[in-house]
Amino acid sequence: MTSDPTNRPPTTTPRKSATFDDYTLSEIRRAAATGIYDIRGGGAKRRVPHFDDLLFLGASVSRYPLEGYRERCETGVTLGGRNASKPLELKIPITIAGMSFGSLSANAKEALGRGASVAGTSTTTGDGGMTPEERGQSKHLVYQYLPSRYGMNPDDLRKADAIEIVVGQGAKPGGGGMLLGQKISPRVAEMRNLPEGIDQRSACRHPDWTGPDDLEIKILELREITNWEKPIYVKVGASRPYFDVTLAIKAGADVVVLDGMQGGTAATQDVFIEHVGIPILSAIRPAVKALQDLDMHREVQLIVSGGIRNGADVAKALALGADAVSIGTAALVALGDNDPVWEAEYNALGTTAGAYDDWHEGLDPAGISTQDPELSKRLDPVAAGRRLANYLKVMTLEAQTIARACGKNHLHNLEPEDLCALTMEASAMAQVPLAGTSWIPGQTNPF
Amino acid sequence: MNRISLATSSLRDVNQAIRALPPTNGGELIIEEAKGNHALAVGAETDALIEVQGSVGYYCAGMNQSAHIRIKGSAGPGVAENMMSGIVEIEGDASQYAGATAHGGTLIIHGNASSRCGISMKGVNIVVRGNIGHMSAFMAQSGTMVVCGDAGDALGDSIYEARLYVRGSVASLGADCVEKEMKQSHLDEVRDLLALAGITDVEPTEFRRYGSARALYHFDIDQADAY
Repeated sequence: MTSDPTNRPPTTTPRKSATFDDYTLSEIRRAAATGIYDIRGGGAKRRVPHFDDLLFLGASVSRYPLEGYRERCETGVTLGGRNASKPLELKIPITIAGMSFGSLSANAKEALGRGASVAGTSTTTGDGGMTPEERGQSKHLVYQYLPSRYGMNPDDLRKADAIEIVVGQGAKPGGGGMLLGQKISPRVAEMRNLPEGIDQRSACRHPDWTGPDDLEIKILELREITNWEKPIYVKVGASRPYFDVTLAIKAGADVVVLDGMQGGTAATQDVFIEHVGIPILSAIRPAVKALQDLDMHREVQLIVSGGIRNGADVAKALALGADAVSIGTAALVALGDNDPVWEAEYNALGTTAGAYDDWHEGLDPAGISTQDPELSKRLDPVAAGRRLANYLKVMTLEAQTIARACGKNHLHNLEPEDLCALTMEASAMAQVPLAGTSWIPGQTNPF
Repeated sequence: MNRISLATSSLRDVNQAIRALPPTNGGELIIEEAKGNHALAVGAETDALIEVQGSVGYYCAGMNQSAHIRIKGSAGPGVAENMMSGIVEIEGDASQYAGATAHGGTLIIHGNASSRCGISMKGVNIVVRGNIGHMSAFMAQSGTMVVCGDAGDALGDSIYEARLYVRGSVASLGADCVEKEMKQSHLDEVRDLLALAGITDVEPTEFRRYGSARALYHFDIDQADAY
């Protein structure tokens, strides 16, 4: 007698936990096996409310647009006119964020300088000092002043076009830098005054000041050393943007850089990247309010970063009140990071193109986040710089396209009234109405 | 001898007067009435002898290159921060973070130094006639610190390759900082620095040496309690 399948009792489909999903289970097993937290590069990978949750309203009967190819839409931005005798004049409001030589190869740094210079914008040093290649290829170079002060010296300070005091960054507000031994090559070690091959953990706080009153004096010192010529930026990770921006302005900043949790890092604990800080979408309006409350909006410029990918993101950030944006991760992708052309090598490293984030290991097949001489050679700084310049130009054209559709003859004329939100979260955070309504959660009564 | 006074000139004017001094054969400049000004004599690029009369505020002699800056008073926080070369000498006491991140030159403190003296130092020589406060030489990367008095808590926490010499007591050592043997080369180094600072009444043999155990140079989960 054979069993009749129709007599089998029905079973439920195997069900995995939403809380203990596959990724979570794999991380528990990895932690149990290795005894160390997961360190990686990049920014927050989880989905958070972002610029995709906003839409532009465009012109119609109530507003009229500008002709796409005939009527000008300006893109220039001046940074640092508040106190500096030599403010930065950039052609486009998209700058390259700080990334260190050490975390990146010398070729990658050179490519960033080349691309930014062709596009008429600035690039930025990182936690490792200024290299001659980078200075030489960057028309506008912002020199970061970091807690570690690796390679910090008054000669480079005076060679810079602006100084960015880094208090924090979006990937890890409250955290210091990290560069593991694999990437402390002889040249990196010499620039940082460290033994070769050791794990380098930079300080999370500046060694010679603690609060906003000290910061004011630190800014005074840097201005005196550089003859009051250079714009002084203060960079903060987005966490309490209203208060941090207020204090930075009071301390004398010419420019405030605000980095959301999607902003990348060379290497930090995954738990830090994913669980500390807030999305850039939620940080811009409080920062702009701080500027407005002190009557400093447009007098002190606001640069925002963290997840800027295209011209629409640029236009949305500017419409919410920023003066410029900064890109890091996207710039690396334009150079060639995570390119599927290296898929076989990504697979050999246990990952796949688009997901590779073990930048701290120095094995980057694309030759960008490495100090290995052979891997570094894979990146041609001239060709990669050209790709970055192309990408910056496309983003600018995209932002102009949107601005003209909204009837604006300068990207800075975009305003919150040009926007609506697709979700209640984005509506509340960006303080623009939910699409098709006049409702902003927490601000207006829907009834 | 040139003189300029903060009673009659602005901070900007005084610092510009220093910047106008030639890199070599800079001569001497006396700055009168320092009156606790911040950011005084910062960014000097001259071999001049600069005498500051009175006590100073934050960051005096910051990023100094080549100058010999003598402060006839006490110094506020961050004196000689990120100094590259030259000599900075303080007749009185120094506040927090003296010589922070300094890459070179010599910092001489004839009085006491407060907490975090030599924090993140990167090649400077520091000589302190008196005592130093807690967390001194935190993350000190390279250079030498000679302390004739006592050291506060957590000396040399997370130290890299800097060498610390203390004549008196050490309240406690920070993570990864250990006492090390005094060899002849270390005695010679202490003798030279004491001579440079004009300290003649103490002997190099009275000092003990401290430096990195190098146990935290590579992450090890079983060392996590050290952090």
